[in-house]
Amino acid sequence: MEVRDLTIRYGTQAALSNISLDIREHEIFGIIGPANAGKTSFLKTLNRMDTFNSNMQVDGKILFNGLDVSRLKNVYALRSRIGVVFPLPVGLPMTIYDNVALAPRLSGKKNKADLDIIVERCLTRAALWDEVKDRLDSLGSLLSGGQQQRLTIARALSQQPEVLMLDEFSIAVDPVTTMRIEDVLKELKQEMTIILVTNLVQQARRLASRTAFFLNGECVEIGETEDLFTGEVKDSRTRDYVEGRFG
Amino acid sequence: MFETSELNIKNQRVQRLYKLLFLMMTMLLILPVLLILGTLVVKGGSVISIDFLFTAPTDGMTAGGLFPALFGTVWLVAVALLISVPLGIAAAIYLSEYAGENWFTRIINLAIINLAGVPSIVHALFGVGAFVLFFGFGTSILAASLTLAIMTLPVVIVATRESLAAVPHAFREACWNMGATRWQTIRRVVLPNAVSGILTGVILEVSRTSGETAPIMFTGAVFFTPFLPQGIFDQTMAMSLHLFVVSTQVPGVPEDLPYGVALVLIAMVLLMNSISIGFRTWLRGKKKW
Repeated sequence: MEVRDLTIRYGTQAALSNISLDIREHEIFGIIGPANAGKTSFLKTLNRMDTFNSNMQVDGKILFNGLDVSRLKNVYALRSRIGVVFPLPVGLPMTIYDNVALAPRLSGKKNKADLDIIVERCLTRAALWDEVKDRLDSLGSLLSGGQQQRLTIARALSQQPEVLMLDEFSIAVDPVTTMRIEDVLKELKQEMTIILVTNLVQQARRLASRTAFFLNGECVEIGETEDLFTGEVKDSRTRDYVEGRFG
Repeated sequence: MFETSELNIKNQRVQRLYKLLFLMMTMLLILPVLLILGTLVVKGGSVISIDFLFTAPTDGMTAGGLFPALFGTVWLVAVALLISVPLGIAAAIYLSEYAGENWFTRIINLAIINLAGVPSIVHALFGVGAFVLFFGFGTSILAASLTLAIMTLPVVIVATRESLAAVPHAFREACWNMGATRWQTIRRVVLPNAVSGILTGVILEVSRTSGETAPIMFTGAVFFTPFLPQGIFDQTMAMSLHLFVVSTQVPGVPEDLPYGVALVLIAMVLLMNSISIGFRTWLRGKKKW
């Protein structure tokens, strides 16, 4: 995934200006930065969520597998290849089974046996299967926050995405669950590219191979994650942020 | 530390006074309902019988039952619902799920509000002009039900929009992000969770439709007919008009007969309401977030 000269405006207010970066296949790409840095807006442009908000204006180029996403006619196909997990878990008001089977059903899969396999595999990979396997018929929206977030991840996986975007997934999740999800992500990167937006700098250090630091709508620095944390930085603001002097 | 001061005492006294005031206003609201029902039961209860419900009026409408009117009202309401419910729900889905914020949407919203504010007698005259004369349906169930449908359309639209808006936006975005189209999202996530609210709108419409008199008296309901309607192009008697007729238009009606008719009309509406409310409660119990 290549991003070139990306600028995002809300009305006249610029949320992100002139971002250019590459995200490599099968890496975990971290994005860190304080609130209002433009991290979420950045994610929204990648799968064309900007179309949900008429106020949001996007300039620049985003190439996904070499194709310009702003020119794609079939945004539905694009979205189905990019899984998204938001800060607050969204358990849809249907059964746990239906939550995970929704995306395959949307793409026309009907065979019950196939769906069963997908549901079990995705829930297992999201580290939720053991807790819910006996009550797949109960409501997904009634699970606890941490379980709902893993359900959301299972749902994203059911799309068989090439890219998984996670936006501060651990905000509503307890530390133990967070660690379990982090382990899941380490395994998932064998199969897909993961973009991890986080405001926990240590989480980026634990997971990401490369990390970008966003600040006030500007991409201050991109580099190997270890370099950012060992002080080998080009910009002193990066060092100040990762060492907790602001943000 | 926790001594009661003069001010505390005063505040609590004022608080009790206001609570009492609000309670009394609420009781005042219930009073007319109880009075109406009580009067109807006391004065009209004696005429209610199986015969009263299932026979036609006799002796120049001074005796006998009200079956043709009961039957006609069920026809009118059913046909009106068949027209306005699909139309209203479709319009509401377009307005809340598809339409953008622009002048076109604003004009439609304005039209709906105005439609809701048009007096029923004006709807009646519109119905005569449009359905009875222009479309040539004559005075018929079809013309009367179309008039009723247009009149109650805003109720369905507003109730449906409100219940669609009550489904959290996050559900839609989660679904869109999986690559679902708007329609897939509406069908699989939004509508199943809005059904109970939409049903409330339909309940309201049933109550209103069965009681309306003005819109049907020129378009399809008649003073008296010994025949039951065979189809939507027939005229029919209706409960509301029948009540008006036996109360004011026919000499020599025994005093308890109109009360009995009113009691049946109210009982019919209450029955339909409670069936729908029961159904709605059942739906709500089945799923929620």
